[in-house]
Amino acid sequence: MLLKHEPRPDQVKSEKLYQQMGLSDEEFTLVENILGRTPNYTETGLFSVMWSEHCSYKNSKPVLKKFPITGEKVLQGPGEGAGIVDIGDQQAVVFKIESHNHPSAIEPYQGAATGVGGIIRDIFSMGARPIALLNSLRFGELDESARVRYLFKEVVAGIAGYGNCIGIPTVGGEIQFESSYDGNPLVNAMCVGLIDHKDIKKGLAQGVGNTVMYVGAKTGRDGIHGATFASEELTEQSDENRPAVQVGDPFMEKLLLEACLELIHSDALVGIQDMGAAGLTSSSAEMASKAGMGIEMNLDLVPQRETGMTAYEMMLSESQERMLIVIKKGREQEINELFSKYDLEAVAIGTVTDDKKLRLLHNGEVVADVPVDALAEDAPVYHKPSKVPAYYEEFQAMEQEVPQISDLKETLVKLLSQPTIASKEWVYEQYDYMVRTNTVVSPGSDAAVVRIRGTRKALAMTTDCNSRYVYLDPEVGGKIAVAEAARNIVCSGAEPLAITDNLNFGNPEKPEVFWQIEKAADGISEACRVLETPVIGGNVSLYNETSGTAIYPTPVIGMVGLVTDIDHITTQSFKNNGDLIYLVGETKDEFGGSELQKLVHGKVFGKAPELNIEVEKESQKQVLAAIRAGLVQSAHDLSEGGLAVAIAESLFDNGQLGAEVTITGNPVSALFSESQSRFLLSVKKEHQAKFESLVAAQLIGEVNETGTLKVLSETDTVVEASVHQLKDAWKGAIPCLLKSRD
Amino acid sequence: MYKVKVYVTLRESVLDPQGKAVTHSLHSLNYPEVSDVRIGKYMELTVEKSERDLDEVINEICSKLLANPVIEDYRYEVEECVPQ
Amino acid sequence: MKFAVIVFPGSNCDIDMYHAIKDELGEQVEYVWHDTENLDEFDGILLPGGFSYGDYLRTGAIARFSKVMQAVVKAAEAGKPILGVCNGFQILLEAGLLPGAMKRNESLSFICKPVNLTVANNQSMFSTAYAQGETISIPVAHGEGNYYCDEETLAKLKANNQIVFTYQDNPNGSLEDIAGIINEKGNVLGMMPHPERAVDELLGSADGLKLFQSIVRSWREANVVKA
Repeated sequence: MLLKHEPRPDQVKSEKLYQQMGLSDEEFTLVENILGRTPNYTETGLFSVMWSEHCSYKNSKPVLKKFPITGEKVLQGPGEGAGIVDIGDQQAVVFKIESHNHPSAIEPYQGAATGVGGIIRDIFSMGARPIALLNSLRFGELDESARVRYLFKEVVAGIAGYGNCIGIPTVGGEIQFESSYDGNPLVNAMCVGLIDHKDIKKGLAQGVGNTVMYVGAKTGRDGIHGATFASEELTEQSDENRPAVQVGDPFMEKLLLEACLELIHSDALVGIQDMGAAGLTSSSAEMASKAGMGIEMNLDLVPQRETGMTAYEMMLSESQERMLIVIKKGREQEINELFSKYDLEAVAIGTVTDDKKLRLLHNGEVVADVPVDALAEDAPVYHKPSKVPAYYEEFQAMEQEVPQISDLKETLVKLLSQPTIASKEWVYEQYDYMVRTNTVVSPGSDAAVVRIRGTRKALAMTTDCNSRYVYLDPEVGGKIAVAEAARNIVCSGAEPLAITDNLNFGNPEKPEVFWQIEKAADGISEACRVLETPVIGGNVSLYNETSGTAIYPTPVIGMVGLVTDIDHITTQSFKNNGDLIYLVGETKDEFGGSELQKLVHGKVFGKAPELNIEVEKESQKQVLAAIRAGLVQSAHDLSEGGLAVAIAESLFDNGQLGAEVTITGNPVSALFSESQSRFLLSVKKEHQAKFESLVAAQLIGEVNETGTLKVLSETDTVVEASVHQLKDAWKGAIPCLLKSRD
Repeated sequence: MYKVKVYVTLRESVLDPQGKAVTHSLHSLNYPEVSDVRIGKYMELTVEKSERDLDEVINEICSKLLANPVIEDYRYEVEECVPQ
Repeated sequence: MKFAVIVFPGSNCDIDMYHAIKDELGEQVEYVWHDTENLDEFDGILLPGGFSYGDYLRTGAIARFSKVMQAVVKAAEAGKPILGVCNGFQILLEAGLLPGAMKRNESLSFICKPVNLTVANNQSMFSTAYAQGETISIPVAHGEGNYYCDEETLAKLKANNQIVFTYQDNPNGSLEDIAGIINEKGNVLGMMPHPERAVDELLGSADGLKLFQSIVRSWREANVVKA
């Protein structure tokens, strides 16, 4: 009866069945050497998922080592469900970002929804209450195909469906549209949680004889081999892999969340971990390995949704909304009662052992017996060859070129209606960004701000990455991603604390792609070191290619900052008639990878904007000091579309205000260059002297009540546009692109 | 044992926003012959034989929980299943 | 005055409601689990928003069969103020404490944003602190807030002055721009917008606070008369 349909070990070997599971010939030999025998089908499955890139980081480990991961406020760095940073008063912030790119490409609604569900579990498995969600999304061009529009709509609906139901506000994020993501959208979800130091929990299976319990939803055949799937290129055949996509149940997760947060206060709890990628296999192997122990589980006891499931299927299932916990022996009954209050099952399925083995029983027989360290720690590490791509050398040899523009106003209107710049209201109005009534600064700002109830503190959070820059120059682009995230955090009145990163790249076996990964990591590392924002965790998503074409390298940065007093919270909108408008930072002729270059040429090329990270740091320091001194009415980061777009965006919240600014030099550069380390600030006249003593900034104009944006050069008026007209272009662009065609 | 197939739809007089959207979409895909779409729910109930009259039980279940009589109508079909 | 915030599995605005009452209104409040059978100790009952039981069959359809709902019906009959917000409104409709039903938003999408409401009736025990016709800003956040009732019911709602709040720019296709209605007796209010999200200027609006103040005011008046 047992393994009736499963191949025997010799068949696994002779027919090379391990290859279908994602193991190479060398890796299979390595497994044989570790075990001293040929693994059976189930054991081969365990190794294949644990040694997938998604679980083992076997291709990216040498790169990840470069990241600075320590800091005086870091309580937990990479390696657990999520990283933790101290925010004073015995409180800490917990956050992490994770990708669900491949599942979303196949089934966008469920792929995105379960991505959100998974990252939330990572946060509450640390003992933290999730307080906010963010995301970072990439799609092909909206006007390119109905498929792209379908993916976009469904991903947004999936994020909304899960987040809204579970009642965690989706407060921010970013979306970029670029044809390189046509067949391979990116869906990165970030969750931020709050915890008291004393409640921090880890995924450790300690104490021989302690009980391993399974809690949450039942196990079905969904998502089998999801981790391996996520570590392969998408091909024409990927649609046939549909069963690999799991279905989310946010209601179940809401119950699981509340039950687990009650559980963490119980002294019966020893360790807790989410059953995420590679499900029961990774949670059990990792918890045992980290604690230096072993685990024995009887799979007959695993709650099952379907009949006749094999050990292989149960261990590799990625059914959602499940957790594995280790509790003190003899306390099973009270844990059961705790979960049953929430209509959930908690089932004892195994015990902690001291032999460092993962031993599985099924139908009275041992179906797997393998060393946990071999699964969790001993995956081979590959140092992939890297090679400078030809395109990079070509781009570096180009001179900066200022696009020729005849009508500056028309250009501004066009830029504002580019989907990457245009208002994302159509998206975030589908997210409940207010639930839990702590969202002080809502989506559409540089960074979202969520207050911490009962204190004067608040947390600012953002996700950022301009992948065009990273494509042109991975090292500079990586640096810019971190710098821009920090700039956004500072604009909201917060001090940057730390980052989580999501490295989305193509196939690392291609030397040019691996070079992009290495260089981007170098850039991120340097920026993090200088800005003192260590990497406290993250995720790697490789093989983002369709039909052999890689996406733009997209290392998404999720950053959290601390607002020490809610009075410091600052938004991008101009506030009062008569306020002075200042520009911080130097504007150069930099159009490589810019929105204007894309608009004019339909493609990006040349050099990315330069970034002097020391200058960046100094500017951020000055701006934050001025904000904290109460001298800044509004602060906005200059990014895509440059100064002109930033000024326009600062006017959109208020129907009456207008602005008049004077620019110098080439108007095209002054208005649309994407030079880095720049801020747009507005300041009350009475604060002029004090402000100028704190911040090195250039006074460029004044807020007025004309409802018009007027830009003067040294000689004449170069732009005069009604704020209404600009806002209509900006606000209407995405709904219009979606509506007109479907 | 019975398999009961329950169909719940919005009442004729109630505008169906989903149905309207699908109708519109079909028209834009060039199916002008589709004049209306009504979207509903389909449920399969496995019901053991009991002393109570099956129709009475099903009607009760439908009006109490499965359909909202304010906006929805229901109908059902019964199949007798032979236990395996 | 002592309020109960009813918590169903899947409620997610319970905490917001609790803090609005405790921190901003300054009255007593307790969470009450859905299997509670007795609400006698409470003077006002609040049904918060969320996705009770995942809203998997129809919004509010399963929650109305919770044990606590019998006690809510009893409290309604006793004339106690009962407020259902969003999913709470949907539950009150399913339970028959208010007439009508909810359909999916016309846009077929979930919609979350602050909206302007008109106070259409400032004589109810939930709205006396507002001026008649006053414009207030209260957020909505729902996927099914498209209120529907038949013509006869609508005529009755109008004749009895049961429409308390209307949308100025209808976000969901709701019949006659209806945002909130009371029962005939006037002690049960259901509304899709979230007054508990509008109790602090820091978060954008404090216009919802007057609704809770109205409840307390009318309760005090009734109790002073009784005393």
